[in-house]
Amino acid sequence: MAVLLDKNTRLIVQGLTGKEGTFHGKQAAAYGTNVVGGTSPGKGGSTHEGFAIFNTVADARAKTGANASVIFVPPPFAADAIMEAADAGIELVVCITEGIPVVDMMKAMTFLESHPKTRLIGPNCPGIISPGKGKAGIIPHNIVREGRIGIVSKSGTLTYEAIHQLSRVGMGQTTCIGIGGDPLIGTSHIDALKLFKDDPDTEAVIMIGEIGGSAEQEAAAYIKAEFTKPVVGFIAGQTAPPGRRMGHAGAIISGGSGTAAEKMEALAAAGVRVVNSPADMGKAMQEVLGR
Amino acid sequence: MLARFGVPVPRGEVVFTPAEARSAAERLGTSVVVVKAQIHAGGRGKGGGVKLARSLDEAEQLAKQMLGMTLVTHQTGPEGKKVEKLLVEQGLDIARELYLSVVIDRAAEAPVIIASAAGGMDIEEVAAHTPEQILKLTVNRGTGVIPFQARQLAFGMGLDGSQSNKFVKVLESIYTAFIETDASMIEINPLIVTKSGDLLALDAKVSFDDNALYRHQDLKDLRDISEEDPLEVEASKFSLNYIRLDGTIGCMVNGAGLAMATMDIIKLSGGEPANFLDVGGGANAEQIKNAFRILMADTNVKAVLINIFGGILRCDVLAAGVIAAVKDLGVPVPIIIRMEGTNVDEGKRMLKESGLNFATADSMGEAADKAVALAKGGK
Repeated sequence: MAVLLDKNTRLIVQGLTGKEGTFHGKQAAAYGTNVVGGTSPGKGGSTHEGFAIFNTVADARAKTGANASVIFVPPPFAADAIMEAADAGIELVVCITEGIPVVDMMKAMTFLESHPKTRLIGPNCPGIISPGKGKAGIIPHNIVREGRIGIVSKSGTLTYEAIHQLSRVGMGQTTCIGIGGDPLIGTSHIDALKLFKDDPDTEAVIMIGEIGGSAEQEAAAYIKAEFTKPVVGFIAGQTAPPGRRMGHAGAIISGGSGTAAEKMEALAAAGVRVVNSPADMGKAMQEVLGR
Repeated sequence: MLARFGVPVPRGEVVFTPAEARSAAERLGTSVVVVKAQIHAGGRGKGGGVKLARSLDEAEQLAKQMLGMTLVTHQTGPEGKKVEKLLVEQGLDIARELYLSVVIDRAAEAPVIIASAAGGMDIEEVAAHTPEQILKLTVNRGTGVIPFQARQLAFGMGLDGSQSNKFVKVLESIYTAFIETDASMIEINPLIVTKSGDLLALDAKVSFDDNALYRHQDLKDLRDISEEDPLEVEASKFSLNYIRLDGTIGCMVNGAGLAMATMDIIKLSGGEPANFLDVGGGANAEQIKNAFRILMADTNVKAVLINIFGGILRCDVLAAGVIAAVKDLGVPVPIIIRMEGTNVDEGKRMLKESGLNFATADSMGEAADKAVALAKGGK
């Protein structure tokens, strides 16, 4: 089993005719994901690289039975795309777009509250991959392998790093979820952990956080209270200067809070095996599982 | 900017010379004027950047002292910031100083209003020592600030009926400004109550959401690049995410998380990173060259560590970019490359066959160890 995305996923790509949408739509299909079409307002009825194109998500859902969407539209239009997908009843919406204004995301979050069946992943994330089953996003599929470790991460390339370290020592993954580095995101560390908790095939989790906000501390409290599977944790930004935004819109230490040290401490206190070095994630997982 | 949204502010003029300060004070015509250093950082009052002048001579004299001085506050960092311009403002009869700000509360996923009767001071210290003086209101995203909520805050700070009506208007104006300008923070400190019962925003600090600047040309024009690190300004022209630090190992990484993690592992290996640099997922050869140029403009850099996990950015494209940049720019320091992911074997082969002197590493840990050793002059 995997979480969120499996062989029953019928994926559309919002913004399929753009450069990124085209490239990653084809990649997803090449990996075996059931890509049933895409949207591009004004180009409905045409085909693009063999994919059926629709004007609206509602239309795409009605005609293809799509239940998941991955969004590659530019930042000024991305919040709109999220809301359109939710309105069409898409259950899983993965927004890759980086750079959406916070005010736009607040509108989208309000809209999503009245569409509880829709789960948003991201924005500003690499998306999801369930090895051997499919992917929605940009995670390179040549590095993953099927297995029993779940990954949840705020960072794209650090997710790849974790996958690579696991795969290299023979440990595969159930599902890898990039939740994104923005201040407002649809799925939190806790939400992802809950999914892994209920997935019998996931036996342990790598959780990657970074400076800024308090989502990791909240996840630590959840782990302590309810999560019984082993967790290996890493927090990026131990050496980040306060008050500076480290690439991701959400990665900033403000007013002395949101530091890596406080997050690492909270996770360690919750029983998480916290590694100081990003190079040790795979090794620590081997040790935790006694392999 | 706040005045445009109806927030009451004192009269004042921005000046660049002591003579201008004198004539501005004369035009204001109040018995006292306030001379304020204009830098992009808080804590100016405590750092000596805000002073009272009781005569035109004193205004001119203060301007002479403050222009060109380096102001160090807890938000400027130890190197401080040079004062290039001043604001000369009307003097006011201050009865009380309040604090008012709007920020995004990430946990609540909504704007939050913070108000305090203990204005004029550092709010972080108020929060640490007298948290009961801090009032918080999480705003409903659908409704915005509702008048009764503003009144609750006003009475909570001990304002009277007529002042509280004025506070409702001030808060509504500030909240509107927050949403319409895509601000990420508006902080009014102090918001003063005058002896005649008027409310005025005496000092304000506003920061904006970078992601929304595309729809605010007027705010873009406010950007004062003389306040920023020149290398960071240069990097931003090429969509490179670069933050200068004070170590000796230059880093070039794709992805913000991996870039932070690379800084962390350099430190764990006993070195100090010279910068944060995220070249992004879609970097091409031209961008890698620009990145190198910016890294090498920092003369503290004694070694460069390149850590790329090829997803969208393929390793062979990276290798080609690095080889071209090194040939073109003649990078004089050791370069350590660790790459992994798409087309990694091809990338490694290209580096080897280039005839250039690159050190390579198979893991982040090994790369950091090598970079630290080479930066210290070892081999």
